[in-house]
Amino acid sequence: MRLLPVLVRLAWRYLWRNHRRTIIMLSAISVGVWAMIFMTALTRGMVDQMIKDGVSVLPGHVQVHHPLFLDDPSVSNRITIGDAELARAFDTAGFKAWASRVKVPAVIASERESRGVTLLGIDPAAEREFSFVSYDDVEGRFLEGADDNGIVIGRELASKLETEVGKRVVLMSQDPENEIADRGFRVVGLFKANMPAFEESYVFIGKQAAQKMLRIGDTTTEIVFLADDYRNIEPTFKQVSARVDSSLEVSRWYEVDTYLGTMLKVMDGFVLIWVIVIFLALSFGLVNTLVMAVFERVREIGLMLALGMKPASILGQIIIESMLLLAVGLAIGDLLAWATIQPLQGGIDISAVAEGMEMMGASSVLYPKLYLSDMIRANVVVLILGFLASLSPAWRASRYEPVEAITKVG
Amino acid sequence: MTAVRCVDLCKTYRQGDQDIKALDHVSIEIQQGGFVCLSAPSGGGKTTLLNAIGGLDIPDSGEVWIADQRIDEMSKGELADLRLASIGFVFQAYNLIPVLTAQENVEFVMQVQGIPAASRREKSLAILEEVGLKGLESRRPAEMSGGQQQRVAVARAIVSRPALVLADEPTANLDSKTSDELMALFTELNEHHNTTFVIATHDQRVMGYAKRLVRMLDGRIVDDIEQHAA
Repeated sequence: MRLLPVLVRLAWRYLWRNHRRTIIMLSAISVGVWAMIFMTALTRGMVDQMIKDGVSVLPGHVQVHHPLFLDDPSVSNRITIGDAELARAFDTAGFKAWASRVKVPAVIASERESRGVTLLGIDPAAEREFSFVSYDDVEGRFLEGADDNGIVIGRELASKLETEVGKRVVLMSQDPENEIADRGFRVVGLFKANMPAFEESYVFIGKQAAQKMLRIGDTTTEIVFLADDYRNIEPTFKQVSARVDSSLEVSRWYEVDTYLGTMLKVMDGFVLIWVIVIFLALSFGLVNTLVMAVFERVREIGLMLALGMKPASILGQIIIESMLLLAVGLAIGDLLAWATIQPLQGGIDISAVAEGMEMMGASSVLYPKLYLSDMIRANVVVLILGFLASLSPAWRASRYEPVEAITKVG
Repeated sequence: MTAVRCVDLCKTYRQGDQDIKALDHVSIEIQQGGFVCLSAPSGGGKTTLLNAIGGLDIPDSGEVWIADQRIDEMSKGELADLRLASIGFVFQAYNLIPVLTAQENVEFVMQVQGIPAASRREKSLAILEEVGLKGLESRRPAEMSGGQQQRVAVARAIVSRPALVLADEPTANLDSKTSDELMALFTELNEHHNTTFVIATHDQRVMGYAKRLVRMLDGRIVDDIEQHAA
């Protein structure tokens, strides 16, 4: 530690002795780090958006169902607790948002076409936090209450059914006795969603209208809760578990949507692999720079050894040199990444490849997401791998014999 | 008191197919405060002997003692400590660290020794003035002449008052005036601080300053003369 100041000074000065080489290496590190962080931010943004579109809206972060509902989503497997009792249990519990709804598969038919859909009987006020539909951006109007008798369908579905606002459609499903339950509804609104698939597969009616049509009294099939962040749902999960009957099943979002849950886990691994792959490309340049830096000052290393510097200090000096190079490159790369990601916070339109993105469940606008943890991870990985990469040239430098090094020619 | 003692040193180098005997059963004893010149034609073994005394090169056989420490059996780390604490080196060329200024070069050894910054600064400025480099403290080696660089190297070698200074052709790149100034400085240090000097040289002028002249040939000592210094 006593020698640290002189080692740092030597390392820094030697770094800038061949400033052209150092600038080229710094540029390579900076661009590499920028690419690591920028690509990570894009991918994170895409996955975040997918999870927000797929989880934070509609399914929520924690769900309560009848234990058999996820395998057989029919009203036979409903939650047999009435609306009033649910309100008593959850209204004052301090959840960020919660809603109970009727969600069953159904068939919708116009006078020309029919389609299989997911019927959502909702209380629009409670669902506002979960909805992927902007209530104000609906052609016609959205549902006005749980007792609303209209139906809101997606624009895409309206197009397929060749229907429009003001026309009537018929919804058909099954009641708890497995008898056909159907009813005519007037289309009061056409909603727009980020993903056309949503517009085609969901229809909204008032919760009470759904309960009446399906003859299930005031019961529902699904209760959903929103946590503060999809990555931190355990407190909400525990709170919900403590408040519902043990005969019901409480699930985390990634247990319900295993595809997205797995994708989130895969993403963490992908980010790490991405960072390592870029570093491996960089490491060739880094090692080459250090080898050259050592090679061109063999005599000076010999001199330092002859004057009484220990081999460990020479080793330290070369490693510090590498760490300084990486630290400056990381700082520039981090800054570049931040400066390029900030202006793109409003989203990047990738509608040219939107269909492919939708197949993955992502929208056609990418919102890069710069997480401090990703930035730290990239920096730490680069520093650790850089340290390891610099060990070989540093070790070589520290093994020189003073006499041979001092008398080295050329 | 004995400053340096070499007993029956042998060192053989391999050059192509040939074995070169750089040291051939060399024994020598130098007292503290000695001022010894090793003189030999090229390849005569003077630099090898100097390096063996400084712990920079390990002999194939024989013993090297610095004061009361046998150094030919020391580890690299112990040798580094010994050089740092007790020996000042002046080499023929490539004597300075090019990325450090004259003052930083002089302070380098003291910094490795762990001497506090204020003391380092005071000593380095004083020694640079003593070797006639006042005002050039902030210059880097590339901004100084060969003679000035050599004086910085001498300043670094003597700044922490080592008991022993080993110099290999210290005047090789200097003009006669600068050589005389340098040797006068060595003589003064030898006389006033009792510093032991062992100098390998070809230079007759340098030999003239020595109290003892050791001539070598083919790795052997062929002459060892006490003389009156110039």
